[in-house]
Amino acid sequence: MGSFAKKVEKFWEVFYEHGGYTRVLTGLRNTFYIAVAGLVIGIIIGTIIAIIAVSPKYKRLPRILNRICRLYVGFFRGSPMVVQLLLFYFVLLPLFGSRMTPLSVCMLVFGLNSGAYVSEIMRGGIMSVDPGQMEAARALGLSYWVSMLKVVVPQAVKNIIPTLGNEFIVLIKETSIVSFVGASDLYVAFSYIGSNTYEFMVPYLVMALIYIVLVAIIALIVKMIERSLRKSDRRN
Amino acid sequence: MIDVIDLRKRYGDLEVLKGITTTIRECEKVVIIGPSGSGKSTFLRCLNCLEDPTGGEIIFEGVNIADMRVDINIHRRRMGMVFQQFNLFNNKNVIENIMLAPVYIRTQELRAKKIKNFFIRIRNLFTSNKKELYEINTTKAKIIEEAKEQALKLLRRIGLEDKAYVYPSTLSGGQKQRIAIIRSLAMNPKVILFDEPTSALDPEMVGEVLDLIKQLADEGMTMVIVTHEMGFARKVATRVLFMDEGQIVEENTPEELFSNPKHPRTKEFLSKVLSVH
Repeated sequence: MGSFAKKVEKFWEVFYEHGGYTRVLTGLRNTFYIAVAGLVIGIIIGTIIAIIAVSPKYKRLPRILNRICRLYVGFFRGSPMVVQLLLFYFVLLPLFGSRMTPLSVCMLVFGLNSGAYVSEIMRGGIMSVDPGQMEAARALGLSYWVSMLKVVVPQAVKNIIPTLGNEFIVLIKETSIVSFVGASDLYVAFSYIGSNTYEFMVPYLVMALIYIVLVAIIALIVKMIERSLRKSDRRN
Repeated sequence: MIDVIDLRKRYGDLEVLKGITTTIRECEKVVIIGPSGSGKSTFLRCLNCLEDPTGGEIIFEGVNIADMRVDINIHRRRMGMVFQQFNLFNNKNVIENIMLAPVYIRTQELRAKKIKNFFIRIRNLFTSNKKELYEINTTKAKIIEEAKEQALKLLRRIGLEDKAYVYPSTLSGGQKQRIAIIRSLAMNPKVILFDEPTSALDPEMVGEVLDLIKQLADEGMTMVIVTHEMGFARKVATRVLFMDEGQIVEENTPEELFSNPKHPRTKEFLSKVLSVH
């Protein structure tokens, strides 16, 4: 047990006295940026794909769009996110000669990836809304897209908030792969501390704890939102 | 006002409407009765193309709206529709339900005019024969204000102005249906289609909804009503259509049709329905 106390002491020295915590804070910030940007981009893309997926297909344009969307979803759900990240950073970006920072590439790829998953969640949400809502809006002379955006999608979003919370948690956890392209997150910060002390036990333990606490907090917030939404069903 | 010519609708092999021809004139109150599965609801939903007809024509204000190339949304604005399940928007409160379509459509028209004016202005810079601008005498705020005023007026009419800011889930069926009716009125329609407006209501709420429909009828609104309320049909209708198996079997004034049906199917149906009451 004595050696464990010593390890903690060493960790504390680098973490606190040598300023390791600033790296951890940066990592935490980046983790949040990537997860939040990923979710926001994901919701936008996912909503668009879901609307295309449920729209009537007797015209040619929706059919073509739907095929493109299916390819998109197939790619992003059919390959690991690490692979997508590497492809984007080391293949696509050099091809286009673009100079994006690792952090913004991560945000983009996380967004594209979660878009594929959110689209499936969203499709379920839209299909769970009573078709009469759409009919009523159409009967008033609103177009398909306007009825969708003003009436159906808001109700669908309400139905899927808990599932979206889970998606956010998945994103938070997945951020631990961004070091593959050189973005710094929690993992990078703690392995820096570890390699400075030649001692990885305590840093990784603390890292695990931070992730668990983060996820627990988010789960709590999601539950609170869910409860307040349920309350609004009965508001007077 | 609405000319229906040989209207047909089929789902796969099942032909639901087998050629319906009729004319709905201004101020008429047409009530459609018939056994379930006779296609009366489908017929009504075809009138504003909620179901696309697979054959025939529907001439509304001189335009064949059964034609897929027609922008149906413009014509639907002149045709209200009231559903069996009310279909109030659950995510909006009562007044938003009423205002949504009028506000959206009027602001859309305003925006279209503004965009056209913009291009006309640019064009006028380069040519000597100046084109006149579209007249714009409203703003978005004014549109919302007017729509709100109108919505409150309509709510006052049915005595529900105190419910303006509550959500539909807190209302009774009768209140929901009356609000659904004034929601379609807010678009100033030429005709209102009622799809079994009282079938989903508790018996004690049927009266209030029928009273409102009767009021509108007396004010001269054109109506097409699918209903199972024979007493109401007799009171309101100027013409009753009896439908069976996708066809109009018999049509007549309510007095004639109810007391003196000609077709054996009509006789059979009426004897079954009226003996219950």
